[in-house]
Amino acid sequence: MPCVADWLNDPFSIVQGIFVQNVPNSDWEKKVTEYFKEKLKENNATNWVPSLNDVPVHYLKPNSLVKFRCMVQDMFDPEFYMGVYETVDPNTNARVLHFGKYRDVAECGPQQEIDLNSSQTVTLERQTFYCVPVPGESAWSVVVLNPKFYAYISASQARVSPSTSYTPSRHKRSYEEDEDMDLYPSKQKEQHMGNSGGGDIHGSVEPKRLETEASAGHHLFSPNCSPPLDLNFPLPGEKGPACLVKVYESWDSFKVNDVLEVYGILSVDPVLSIVNNEEREGSVLDPMECMDTAEEQRVHSPPASLVPRIHVILAQKLQHINPLLPACLNEEEGKTCEYMNFPSLFVSNFMSELSPVRAELLGFLTHALLGDSLAAEYLILHLISTVYARRDVLPLGKFTVNLSGCPRNSIFTEHIYRIIQQLVPASYRLPMTIENMNRSRFIPHKDYTANRLVSGVLQLASNTSLVVDETQLEQGQLDATGVHNVTALGKLITWQKVDYDFSYHQMEFLCNINVLITSEGRSFLPSDCQVHLQPQIIPPNMEEYMNSLLTAVLPSVLNKFRIYLSLLRLLDYSISDEVTKAVEEDFVEMRKNDPESVTADDLHRTLLVARFLSLSAGQTTLSRERWLRAKQLEALRKARLQQQRCVNGNEL
Amino acid sequence: MSSPASTPSRRRGKRGRGSNPPTPQDARSPPSQKRRTDDSTSTGDLQPMPTSPPAEAQSPAAPDALFSSPPQFRHSAIPLDFDISSPLTYGTPSSRVEGTPRSGVRGTPVRQRPDLGSVRKAKQVDLHSDGVADDVLASDQSLGQRLVIWGTDVNIATCKEKFQRFLQRFVDPLAKEDEDIGLDLSKPRYMQRLEEINMVGEPFLNVNCDHLRSFDENLYRQLICYPQEVIPTFDMAANEIFFDHYPDSILEHQIQVRPYNALKTRNMRSLNPEDIDQLITISGMVIRSSQLIPEMQEAFFKCQVCAFTTRVEIDRGRIAEPSVCKNCNTTHSMALIHNRSMFSDKQMIKLQESPEDMPAGQTPHTVALFAHNDLVDKVQPGDRVNVTGIYRAAPIRLNPRVSSVKSVYKTHIDVIHYRKTDAKRLHGVDEETERKIFSEERVAILKELSKKQDIYERLSSALAPSIYEHEDIKKGILLQLFGGSRKDFTNTGRGNFRAEINILLCGDPGTSKSQLLQYVYNLVPRGQYTSGKGSSAVGLTAYVMKDPETRQLVLQTGALVLSDNGICCIDEFDKMNESTRSVLHEVMEQQTLSIAKAGIICQLNARTSILAAANPIESQWNPKKTTIENIQLPHTLLSRFDLIFLMLDPRDEAYDRRLARHLVSLYYRSEEEIEEEYMDMAVLKDYIAYARCYVNPRLSEEASQALIEAYVDMRKIGSGRGMVSAYPRQLESLIRLAEAHAKVRFSEKVETIDVEEAKRLHREALKQSATDPRTGIVDISILTTGMSATARKRKEELAQALRKLIQSKGKAPSLKYQQLFDDLRAQSDTAVTKEMFEEALRALADEDFLTVTGKTVRLL
Repeated sequence: MPCVADWLNDPFSIVQGIFVQNVPNSDWEKKVTEYFKEKLKENNATNWVPSLNDVPVHYLKPNSLVKFRCMVQDMFDPEFYMGVYETVDPNTNARVLHFGKYRDVAECGPQQEIDLNSSQTVTLERQTFYCVPVPGESAWSVVVLNPKFYAYISASQARVSPSTSYTPSRHKRSYEEDEDMDLYPSKQKEQHMGNSGGGDIHGSVEPKRLETEASAGHHLFSPNCSPPLDLNFPLPGEKGPACLVKVYESWDSFKVNDVLEVYGILSVDPVLSIVNNEEREGSVLDPMECMDTAEEQRVHSPPASLVPRIHVILAQKLQHINPLLPACLNEEEGKTCEYMNFPSLFVSNFMSELSPVRAELLGFLTHALLGDSLAAEYLILHLISTVYARRDVLPLGKFTVNLSGCPRNSIFTEHIYRIIQQLVPASYRLPMTIENMNRSRFIPHKDYTANRLVSGVLQLASNTSLVVDETQLEQGQLDATGVHNVTALGKLITWQKVDYDFSYHQMEFLCNINVLITSEGRSFLPSDCQVHLQPQIIPPNMEEYMNSLLTAVLPSVLNKFRIYLSLLRLLDYSISDEVTKAVEEDFVEMRKNDPESVTADDLHRTLLVARFLSLSAGQTTLSRERWLRAKQLEALRKARLQQQRCVNGNEL
Repeated sequence: MSSPASTPSRRRGKRGRGSNPPTPQDARSPPSQKRRTDDSTSTGDLQPMPTSPPAEAQSPAAPDALFSSPPQFRHSAIPLDFDISSPLTYGTPSSRVEGTPRSGVRGTPVRQRPDLGSVRKAKQVDLHSDGVADDVLASDQSLGQRLVIWGTDVNIATCKEKFQRFLQRFVDPLAKEDEDIGLDLSKPRYMQRLEEINMVGEPFLNVNCDHLRSFDENLYRQLICYPQEVIPTFDMAANEIFFDHYPDSILEHQIQVRPYNALKTRNMRSLNPEDIDQLITISGMVIRSSQLIPEMQEAFFKCQVCAFTTRVEIDRGRIAEPSVCKNCNTTHSMALIHNRSMFSDKQMIKLQESPEDMPAGQTPHTVALFAHNDLVDKVQPGDRVNVTGIYRAAPIRLNPRVSSVKSVYKTHIDVIHYRKTDAKRLHGVDEETERKIFSEERVAILKELSKKQDIYERLSSALAPSIYEHEDIKKGILLQLFGGSRKDFTNTGRGNFRAEINILLCGDPGTSKSQLLQYVYNLVPRGQYTSGKGSSAVGLTAYVMKDPETRQLVLQTGALVLSDNGICCIDEFDKMNESTRSVLHEVMEQQTLSIAKAGIICQLNARTSILAAANPIESQWNPKKTTIENIQLPHTLLSRFDLIFLMLDPRDEAYDRRLARHLVSLYYRSEEEIEEEYMDMAVLKDYIAYARCYVNPRLSEEASQALIEAYVDMRKIGSGRGMVSAYPRQLESLIRLAEAHAKVRFSEKVETIDVEEAKRLHREALKQSATDPRTGIVDISILTTGMSATARKRKEELAQALRKLIQSKGKAPSLKYQQLFDDLRAQSDTAVTKEMFEEALRALADEDFLTVTGKTVRLL
């Protein structure tokens, strides 16, 4: 592709071209965005753009077009930059106009000087976001997105040099191909093992050099500057490139914790890092520069090799981060991002084969939950729940499930988490140990010396699955932090919001996190519904049982599960008047029979169950049967709890 | 000192009146210089100064900058028409005399304004005419010339004249502001200010830009657009007037004009490149302040060869070292003498957007401020301030050796004026500045709304629409949101009369009490939400803390003080411990908080309404018990609530049906549909804010009569049965409720309908909470004394029965406890519990009839 190289590898030349053509007026900016939008609409063009998520920074060409799927972790202050500036050659007095957009440093030739007082200078504003990869992103979504990266990970873990799969030419694998390659990961692994032994077709580069490069890549995360820079990931132990994303348009529409996909120009100009040191040394010279503390400078302009900059040309908010689904599903929105193919077709195709998938998934989860089909049913409902609206302060559609009766201190919950991890695009397991609660930071807080938002575990993207493992809880004392953390977690579950700590005040950030609590008895956290686990089978070796369960599922089936869970979340839902009547009658009837135990809360819950039950079957309206089924499920669940209470009572 | 040291002689020569005697200046100059030395020795050594400026600092514009910097106009023009022979010219007893020798005629030194010029961009200030600045200044008085400052449309002479006219004539038509204490509103406002300056000796004139705007729109525009040029002109004008009126006045330095309240920008988020170099006002919260930075304003150089000295002024943050000595022509012989150079104080402050201005889901923006001289250390982290200043942007040069420049500008604001917004909370001055500004259309909409017949119902149904029914409770909360009228009885010795309405919700768990509280908390701007379980007395009131940095004791305010003028929502009120609850007594009646700890004794305002929610002691509400018994709260506290509502599950088929329909609709209807049906939360917010600010109803004659009747009626109910059924507190509650209801209607008068509704609501709440479960009669004494009249009567009856029983037993000196109890139970026709029995015993013991020791009862 002759044209590809241009806009992909050297976008500046394109921008320069457009700039020169249109220079006196300011539409050149619009034309640039339009040009790239057009380009990306072309067949699978998006797949050719290397992604910062999977390719380490040092493999990417500076000033080339890259994409990055990320979560906005913090927003820095807007900055004013020279949108257009003029350079003068002191010898010839020749004046040239340049654009400053998409650049960190105002470039000028060796013989030129920037005329800061030029009347041609245009000052513009842009906003910087500090972005991190989506926290808790599951390994499979990375694999599906870019199998080569998976190979890279496994390779570097195995301490062998990576293959040359980073040559950009191999990024052209289309989306469909990926889907077909269900077995790809394992295959790739094998293939890779072969590579390291023998020669690869692409292996034209000496392994030695690669080795050093690879190790350099590892050092990226532990830079040799004295205190290592905290990249501020919400979850402990996360890795990946953090990035300063410079947004040029409509930055007001983005919020903290939004998941974005940005296409932009990568800037890793080493000058940016030099700036840092120079500034620090020179700070005495110029009082202007010492107005930020050293910490603040470190955070706001970290070395570019560690935290690259992306100058955004196109950015879009993602509804979901499941790579198996087209990025936008709504018809109207689909039009705005046409470079995904026929979303509606995709949906209708999948909907037609929905019920077998559901049955399979139910079976799979039943096995995972040791043969308890009721719990599996509730788990499905939980996994497709999402906050779809808020009435005043009340979040609607949250469905926190408390899975009680989990065997204590066993690896059971760990395995449940592993299975969930295999199904949802982003998840995190939070072991509720006393130590964990007292030590770790749940609530993000503002660090005023560094002027940034220090992340916490509860800073998660929408629809992340948070598995709270309460079986790990021992007796012990919670200290002040612990109490705060637990309160914050409780608040998140009830109101789906987290109050970030700004030291002088608190700020409320709405969230949409699916919380699953596994506990032995009833959880001490609030939950919408408690399901008591009744294992039908007790496998002698839990580990083996669970592992075999996972390996038994075909990857193609697994992918269907993944699509199923992500897709159903996005469907609309309604209740007809007729059914409303029926529900009313039912409720009145229930209240008449048992006014003590049936409350408005029960109706709330049953309506929720009915909603997700209908959706899980692909129905977007509530039918009478579903309502009855929902009631039945609820009755079964309650009966179990009742029974459990009796058992406990007897024991006492 | 922005006036260049190298030019004084020239300027003096050119000035209209060259008669300025040089002697006093010469006489004064040695001490002043000495003093300057003193000033700077302390800091001069600490701050490494540029010994030689980088080569590129020598910008081509530097030489002419010497005589064209804007503040110069001020120096040269001020003294023109002043009586020089005044003895006053001598000896300003000030320690800061940097400017004295060169400020010329005046005795009062000019104090340089780094806030205006220290880091100005390369904007050359010059005049259109080809004359040099000094010439023009000399011809200032010849107004015929249409000269403007280069790059602007500001004509100095007209501008000055206009501003003088403003100072002399402006009378504030809407004068009501808190700063006006002691001002005669009918006289020109700023002339009185000048008089104040004369008396107090603080040479700063704060000018409200709003006043200026109403006086002269064009002048205001010029001020906003070219503050760097216009403010010095204002200074000139103000000083001329001042010294005309008070020639004998002694000031530390000349008056500086500090404009504030520029309406250009309100919100930090809306700052954009167009605001650069303009006068802006933004509000925010101080999050960090730097140490004091001594910034060199003027460098003192001395030739190593011939000891010739010269001064070089700072230009765009750099000092240009003279490369050649003017006297002996030796090159590179000039050395910087630190302790004869001049420094000014400077401080960097970080300001963060106030939480109210932030859109949901975004993090706050920050902006850097530079405070100079007097404004240094005026604010502390945590303060809420309104800052007026000039917005600046400067390019960042990467490295002197590299020609490339970072394409980003550093921005900051040079502070001209601070205004703390939360200081009042401690002083209790009227919250004028917090008045939300409503656009006229908005006010029209709100007024239109207020005329609707059913506005009260409308508003109450708009309140927390997701919570079903409980109409009266919502109405009560609505009235609480509006509040009564504040009355001041300080003169008669009663202090402030509480205007806030307190409400307690109690009832079954799961009746969305918390949700209501959350809603209210989100609705009001000054809301606080705490849970009784987690809050301690200090968390609610205030505590003294040692600031780790300054080691000063600082008073940190808790939830109640923070919600001054707002609503404090306290969930799980019953779980609050005794000592915490006790602080509420003062807050809920006197609306103040007294603190005496760690040497800080003070009384803070806590004019907060309290919305509390409590759960019954036995998880379920026991209808057979009274409110007090159910929630176990002291009656002293309960009686301070104006309204106590029970939120019970009604258990009624029709209700269930409606509830079900409501809930189902919640689960499928789209947001838009819901929006249509209910009033927008934003409108509701504005409506309440407007009413709270602008509507202050007074009781009308009929309303007073109606209130009196209502009160008498309430008293009468009880007197029939020999008990008190209403106390003055209830009357006060009624008044507050009636006033709040009038506010809902935007009515300045409380009328009979307001009283009717207040009565109804009050009765409704009483019916729920003060009904004696044994008799079914509403009995206020349940709330005021903790026990219903019937219960008290029963107690007495039982004691009498016991006494009879004992007496009937004859002369036995002592009795067995258990046996007596059994006997009494056998005799009584109603069930007697052990508690009742013990209570009866205690009553008899109080009458000195018997004593109880262990298990035996002894007669006396």
